[in-house]
Amino acid sequence: MIKVEWLYWLIGLIFVVMALQMAADRTNPKRWTSAAFWGLLGLTFPYGTGVVNAELNAAKPGSAGWTLPAEPLGVAVLALIVLAGFNFIGKGVPVTTTDERRQASAARLGSKLFIPALTIPLVAIVCASFLDESGLFETGKATLIGLGLGCIAALAVGMFVTGEKKISVPIHSGRSMLEAMGSALLLPQLLAVLGSIFAVAGVGTQVGTIVNDVLPGNSKYLAVIAYCVGMFLFTVIMGNAFAAFPVMTAAIGWPVLIQQMHGNEAAVLAIGMLAGFSGTLCTPMAANFNIVPASLLELKDQYGPIKAQLPTGIALLVCNIVIMALFAF
Amino acid sequence: MIVLLGVLVVILGFVTRRNPVLVVGVAGIVTGLLGKLNPQEVLAAFGKSFADSRSVTVFAIVLPVIGLLERYGLREQARTLIGRLGKLSAGRFLAVYLLIRQVTAAFGLNSIGGPAQTVRPLVAPMAEAAAERTTGGPLPDRLREKVRSYSASSDTVGLFFGEDCFIAIGSILLITGFVNSTYHQQLEPTELALWAIPLALCALVIHGARLLLLDRKLEREMALHAAENELPLPHQATASRTRNGSEEAGK
Repeated sequence: MIKVEWLYWLIGLIFVVMALQMAADRTNPKRWTSAAFWGLLGLTFPYGTGVVNAELNAAKPGSAGWTLPAEPLGVAVLALIVLAGFNFIGKGVPVTTTDERRQASAARLGSKLFIPALTIPLVAIVCASFLDESGLFETGKATLIGLGLGCIAALAVGMFVTGEKKISVPIHSGRSMLEAMGSALLLPQLLAVLGSIFAVAGVGTQVGTIVNDVLPGNSKYLAVIAYCVGMFLFTVIMGNAFAAFPVMTAAIGWPVLIQQMHGNEAAVLAIGMLAGFSGTLCTPMAANFNIVPASLLELKDQYGPIKAQLPTGIALLVCNIVIMALFAF
Repeated sequence: MIVLLGVLVVILGFVTRRNPVLVVGVAGIVTGLLGKLNPQEVLAAFGKSFADSRSVTVFAIVLPVIGLLERYGLREQARTLIGRLGKLSAGRFLAVYLLIRQVTAAFGLNSIGGPAQTVRPLVAPMAEAAAERTTGGPLPDRLREKVRSYSASSDTVGLFFGEDCFIAIGSILLITGFVNSTYHQQLEPTELALWAIPLALCALVIHGARLLLLDRKLEREMALHAAENELPLPHQATASRTRNGSEEAGK
């Protein structure tokens, strides 16, 4: 049986290999701290196996193998936050092909270049829908494992299609993308962590009581509106739907819509996130999506793109509310 | 009630544009301590939830494949394909681009477009050229800005309401990672991605319709502009600009 932990170990290994490449990359002015960041992140993946095992054993003694304490991992996470939060991570000059060579190769390979990329979702969907019951994969993890297998398959197809022989080439190109994303890559996982801490500390219960006081009766529709509009407004204020998600979900989405009113989990949460995305369309706080294009396009009105998006964003918020109210319960 | 200060830290941190990673870290520590956890329990909470939410960062495994394909001209090929749409009117062209952006993002190719990658070098110039071709004259500044703004919007809307149909994307994995670790669920990314499809269609219909209406709006405003300045409507097709547009497309 293929376990999801194997996938985590593979990702950890990829991060560590990329960190070693970074340490050797003299074009990166912060190569040592960058390597420390990505290397440490890589090590958290196998270490996490031990922490998860300890949790499994605590729930059901003897159900998992070797264990590790969670506190050192917590220290590592704080170290990652310090390295990323105080700009200790940098990037090197990407080793890539010239414009001319890329154009020539695009002309040669044409739309065959899209085949490897399509392999990833194809394999993942096949695994999730047809092989889920086969006993081949750990229960409930078929999609994630399928994604990993899809990437391995896509890499093989990609090397075949492009005629690339060296495995170091995709690792190098992947590292450049990793460096370009920087600490933004870690933000979603850290926000998931924050959401868990909110829940442990009782933020959800607190906001839940307030919401129950404010919302008259047990109106499903008002609760849906509160969740979607809350996601929208929080995102407008913070410029980041990811940051709004754990707050609003711990407060209303989970306790009220799912636990109290028995909403469909996937529908409530997916649509809630998209209500946040509708907010991202309308806010100057999401500078990289809304303000940067204005300056790239040399617009006099830096709010031009937002004005073009605002009616769409509000209409989509309404769609989110209607679809959630009609289909999630 | 006092634990809600943690939420306040998040809001203030993002509003004052501090480093997001730092904001999240500080908010986590503050919330944990206010929630009466001792420092060791705070560390354990960070460690446990980080281990539980490793699935969120799984999308990094896609990077080597995409990196390899980009090295071999994936973006250039996408530009060539978009460049073939040069004969459409501005609104129709942008609506088709919106659809392309949604579909490619839904297949995980969210990095082939973007303001720097496609909008500035390709989409905006092509939309401008198309608008000048159909309205028959150089665009006044105000309308040029409008066409450019709509070009940026079709890219952003397409990305936001396409990428969530793909399973290996930060937002979907954030949802499953958070819910599965915090509430001990077994939510699968595919279930979430399916629910993104109806909203992707809503986005296509709503923003697509607004883009198609742009053509008429442009014509009306051009007529108004011409009347205001008492100019005869210019009719010579701006062939040179169109040619520039398609040259850009091959870049």
